[in-house]
Amino acid sequence: MHVRSTLAVAISVLALALTHAPSPALAQTPKAGGTVHVVVHPEPPMLMQGLNQNGPTNMVAGNIYESLLRYDEKLTPQPSLAKSWEVSPDAKVYTFKLQGGVTWHDGKPFTADDVVFSLDKFLRDVHPRWRPIVNAQVEKIEKVDDLTVTITLKQPFGPLLLSQEVASAPMVPKHIYDGTDYRANPANNAPIGTGAFKFKEWKKGSYIHLVKNESYWQKGKPSLDEIYWQIIPDASARAVAYETGKVDVLTGGSVDVYDVQRLAKLPNTCITTKGWEMFAPHAWMSINLRNGILGNKQFRQGLMFAIDREFGKDVVWAGLGKIPTGPISSKTRFYNADVPKYTFDPAKARELIKASGYKGETIRLLNLPYGETWTRWSEAIKQNLEDVGVKVQIETTDVPGWTQKASNWDFDLTYNFLYQLGDPATGVARSYVSSNIVKGNPFANIGGYSNPEVDKWFADGAGSSANEQRQEAYTKIQKILADELPVLWLLEMDFPTIYRCNVKNLITTGIGVNDGFRDAWKE
Amino acid sequence: MTLLTFLSSRLAKGVLTLFAIAVLNFFLIRAAPGDPAQVLAGEAGAADGVLLLQLRERFGLDQPLLTQLWIYLKGYLTFDLGFSYRQQQPVLALILERLPATLLLTATAFIVSLVLGVAMGGLAARRAGRWSDSLITALALVFYATPLFWIAMMSQIVFALKLKILPNVGYETIGANYTGLARALDIGVHLVLPAITLGLFFTALYARMMRASMLEVAGADFVKTARAKGLSPGIVSRRHVARNAILPVVTLAGLQAGQLVGGAVLTETVFAWPGIGRLMFDALVQRDYAVLLGVFFVSSALVVIFNIVTDLVYRLADPRIEATS
Repeated sequence: MHVRSTLAVAISVLALALTHAPSPALAQTPKAGGTVHVVVHPEPPMLMQGLNQNGPTNMVAGNIYESLLRYDEKLTPQPSLAKSWEVSPDAKVYTFKLQGGVTWHDGKPFTADDVVFSLDKFLRDVHPRWRPIVNAQVEKIEKVDDLTVTITLKQPFGPLLLSQEVASAPMVPKHIYDGTDYRANPANNAPIGTGAFKFKEWKKGSYIHLVKNESYWQKGKPSLDEIYWQIIPDASARAVAYETGKVDVLTGGSVDVYDVQRLAKLPNTCITTKGWEMFAPHAWMSINLRNGILGNKQFRQGLMFAIDREFGKDVVWAGLGKIPTGPISSKTRFYNADVPKYTFDPAKARELIKASGYKGETIRLLNLPYGETWTRWSEAIKQNLEDVGVKVQIETTDVPGWTQKASNWDFDLTYNFLYQLGDPATGVARSYVSSNIVKGNPFANIGGYSNPEVDKWFADGAGSSANEQRQEAYTKIQKILADELPVLWLLEMDFPTIYRCNVKNLITTGIGVNDGFRDAWKE
Repeated sequence: MTLLTFLSSRLAKGVLTLFAIAVLNFFLIRAAPGDPAQVLAGEAGAADGVLLLQLRERFGLDQPLLTQLWIYLKGYLTFDLGFSYRQQQPVLALILERLPATLLLTATAFIVSLVLGVAMGGLAARRAGRWSDSLITALALVFYATPLFWIAMMSQIVFALKLKILPNVGYETIGANYTGLARALDIGVHLVLPAITLGLFFTALYARMMRASMLEVAGADFVKTARAKGLSPGIVSRRHVARNAILPVVTLAGLQAGQLVGGAVLTETVFAWPGIGRLMFDALVQRDYAVLLGVFFVSSALVVIFNIVTDLVYRLADPRIEATS
């Protein structure tokens, strides 16, 4: 990157000397300096990314912390704190060469000790996504020298190189956390990372202030001097704040869906759905298969034919998103479109529901309390289902109430949307494998779907690093699940980022603004 | 009853009330579904049993309920309002950080609405039946009936978006780093819309109350006497009518003052005002028990205090009350 930007400067200087006219190359030379105001909603609970991985936490903290790897929009691993990496022929030993000259924000050097501490101790202890990987797949994590680390696996694990995204495996400073009570460490309130921006101040309820890391290891970056993450709790007020110039970036999901198109038409306004490829949020209707008729496959297929998913996308979600065909998002690897399809067909739905032996019992639909859009969606789906003779009662609650009911299987139907995390082994399997039928977690296999064949294919898919073999397993899985419908996939969600066009290079990776400010600059 | 015995008996009752409220609050919020560990884990989009256990232990939720109650009450006796593990800060620090913003907003709204309401009501009563009375009454009715959130949104669209004369959200211009007078002015500009929004409803209430009460007193015998003495209409209405008519307004003002801390949730939310109301609301949806109980306690303490103050003001406004209470 360093070489490339030097080259760009050289080219633009040349262009200036030759023509004296503005050229595209000149316009794209990053300009140093500037402040960007960004909306973050809701207010994050904390910014220590090793301890907390909420959406808003990641948006802010992903610019403070770094991980071994970054990912482009196609989810290809890119160097970050790891300069390069090698995989042994048996796909069991991964060797990471670290960048030299990296320091933590407090000035201490970053070395292989920090990597081993982060992956082997800290995150194993506290990180709900890294813990299962490291416990099940990793035999040992070792320092070879100050700038080399090896991870030795128990068996090949396909998605290992996709597991090093900054929220999934952030590097934390050993000299601050080792031997302390992690969750009570005072540094949690003033996080120390290696990232392009340093934590400056957090005025609770107002803003979080990050400033340029002057001694960032990648020379010439970042371009911006300051980022203010503004906390504005009301969606309409956020839209007005953008229109009046108070904020420059509306992060994904921060304004009401029906405001998106209106705001996108404003002058000097750019909009993109990119920067969510790693997450690829997949929304579906969870079905509690333990409850009577809901365990019947024909009935579930009837429900799927009865729901007008196009209407949901076009009207409820204001045209944002795409209709999914199965458990794997079309935006990620190993997607396969060749599966049984369900287009809106009430006649067929009635037939299937009748054949299933449904006797008119009332089905409870537990609404997801994440805003008005979900409530509207419940109303639309209730109408769809009642049109084919299924009695539906909508239940409402607040977020903690939903979390508890979903975690304890106290529902008939409810929504869920999960991140795909770049790989079916980490983001998809958890919702369908029988080993994850556990209470206490709303993002487990809460419907209780259990199919030994699917379990086996998921194990095969994860336990191989050969893409052909993995594709075969996931193709099988998509076919089986699309027929059996353990859940009803409703929408591949889009969370567009709306921003002023003079903020350049904002979204260049698969996680968008979460680590994008390193490369962003302001014209 | 002397002032001292009055005060000490009221304070003793107040402390008992606060204790009862504290215990009630504790059980009330635990009756709501979910707990802070579950919420925190749920928000992360990934949770496993280990994380939930770790968090519950951290929040002290693994202790028996009565032990938790005891720890909470014991803390309060030593003015320790507990610790928010979600926000990694002592509850008292969180509340004190937010208190100035809320007090600024609610006190401004309180004073503006009281002054404006009493003046408008007084004026309307003196001009009863004339066009200025009709105008004030009509305005008061509109403010009284319009939902707060609608006024909040519309005022943002009109004054911030269309006219561009006031900022739509926030406490001050973020990143401007003003100091001294410039900062005070900046905060003042940001204060205008939320304070007016919050104050309008009470302005209307005071105006209506003041007008009705003035008209009622205006027909009393002692007012006729005053007029017969040859006092000017201005003096009659200020000294004789207004002073007697103010008691119901004082009652109302006491109620509003009790809400100085907790009563601005909606306004603070729509205007992104970094106050206690939002701290409480966020704590509620996050089931952050320690913060919630802390805010509840502080605001109920304020209600108790303002009830006592209201009673004191009664005695000042109407000396007859002292004799009978």
